[in-house]
Amino acid sequence: MNNMDKSYDAVTGRKAEIVNKAMGIDYSRFESGSIAFDYEALMNSTGYTLEDHIRIQREYNVGNTPIFELHNLTALARKYAKPGKGARIFIKDEAANPAGSFKERRAATSVYHAKKMGYKGVIAATSGNYGAAVASQAAMQGLRCIIVQECYDSRQSGQPEIIEKARKCEALGAEVLQLTVGPELFYKVLMLLEETGYFNASLYSPFGVGGVETLGWELGHQFKERYGRNPDVVVCANAGGGNLTGTARGLRKAGCNAQVVAASVDLKGLSMASDAQFNRKSFTTAHTGFGMPYAIDPDHSDVPRSAARPIRYMDRYVTVKQGEVFYITEALATLEGMEKGPAGNTSLAATFALAQELDEDQIIVAQETEYTGAGKHIQPQLAFARQNGIELLFGDPETEIPGTNIVFPADPSLLKARDVDIDHMRTSLIRRQVSRAKGPLTEADIAYLMEETNSSRAFVENVLKNL
Amino acid sequence: MAKKNDWVRIHNIVLTPEQRTGKLPEDTKKMPLEMWAKGHLQNDAAEIGDEVTIRTATGREERGTLVEVNPCYALNYGTFVPEILTMEESLRKALFGGEEA
Repeated sequence: MNNMDKSYDAVTGRKAEIVNKAMGIDYSRFESGSIAFDYEALMNSTGYTLEDHIRIQREYNVGNTPIFELHNLTALARKYAKPGKGARIFIKDEAANPAGSFKERRAATSVYHAKKMGYKGVIAATSGNYGAAVASQAAMQGLRCIIVQECYDSRQSGQPEIIEKARKCEALGAEVLQLTVGPELFYKVLMLLEETGYFNASLYSPFGVGGVETLGWELGHQFKERYGRNPDVVVCANAGGGNLTGTARGLRKAGCNAQVVAASVDLKGLSMASDAQFNRKSFTTAHTGFGMPYAIDPDHSDVPRSAARPIRYMDRYVTVKQGEVFYITEALATLEGMEKGPAGNTSLAATFALAQELDEDQIIVAQETEYTGAGKHIQPQLAFARQNGIELLFGDPETEIPGTNIVFPADPSLLKARDVDIDHMRTSLIRRQVSRAKGPLTEADIAYLMEETNSSRAFVENVLKNL
Repeated sequence: MAKKNDWVRIHNIVLTPEQRTGKLPEDTKKMPLEMWAKGHLQNDAAEIGDEVTIRTATGREERGTLVEVNPCYALNYGTFVPEILTMEESLRKALFGGEEA
């Protein structure tokens, strides 16, 4: 192993082989040879059913988190809604998981499977809550753990939220490697996988996304048991797409037909790979910088085929502004007595706005919260923004310019959810996939594109005609 | 001055600017890809700035420049942001009409 060529090109050239060995999944068997691949076969390839995920999560203290009705936020939303409007707002308190977020659902089965297959440790590339989740599960299940973070800009200035995540991972026994900005982080991850022989606990594996199905399944069952009915709308923060994909699949398996809405923080104009812009954003996840590209092109992650394919499942996609998410985080603290991490409240900000469109007797759920603490909190994150030259203003968040200012709503009525044109995203997805086709499209490819975009044959054919 | 088995932090270069590839913004392309790691010092003794070897929490070895001995977590709640109070007050007023406080 030590004799292997460790140059960037050589290591990334061995990606398929390394990932295959580090996950035990031969992705080539799901391929059709054309653009289509068998997504359900990939999801079923783990051998773990929803019941297995539930059993494993119960065994390792994950999930079964409470749902809370937010009476005061509901009352506030109704003040700005038309008469008879203003749905009941609920939240699912995912911060109650051992490492403080829903991401532990994504980690539990990966770590369980890694151990069952005889791997001695797990590796994950993540600057977010997933690192803490994998570290926590590795600690509980007795495996080694390495977390690789994109953490600093070239001045070695790091987002307080990411520094806190490193602390938490180390507190849970993990080795943490902190890198500067750049997608070549995956090169380091591939080298580590080769060196250690550990399991690749990719966020985008079917083990991870399958694990999130329990969240949707629980939601369906909790509402039926407590209120005798399904929620009408479930809002999921969207970054890499696994949260929404897993939740939507779980809702369906629970027989719940709630509308599934994706929500991302609008970071339009900021480049995610830019050294100079890295610390000019106040959200390191749940933002459009991940949400858009991963939805349109799920397969540019660290696995050959991503199990997170959000366009298949989203009924609607809305964006909210950074100032609005900070504002709702403060509202959750001051009006509901719950202090939670800002990024985990992205879906709640959208929920507050969307509730005003729905009838009073309807139910809308923000399906997560996340833990909070030094670094990962509205106070240090806003202080860091100001220190980086970001102006903090009150006004209409519509005027917020990512990287320049953060605009808090001057009044709760100014908090809005802005619709993203999903058809435009569907069109981009089809274009990208077709550009990779090696020959003419087959009938199976058309059917695949219909599933991939959750759209009709007419829609797909129309896009193809206009390519 | 650090001695063998001290818990330390090191820094190294994963890729020099010339070795960086792919679709990177110009500002990022000009910078090396840097990395920081923590572990137990394997050298008998070292000073800050020395090239050293560490053994990490998973028992791996990494090499790099010694930058910190007993590295601390420097995170906190930051300088006070008064806008948060303004948000709090406006939210309470919006819901309770300013009567309650």
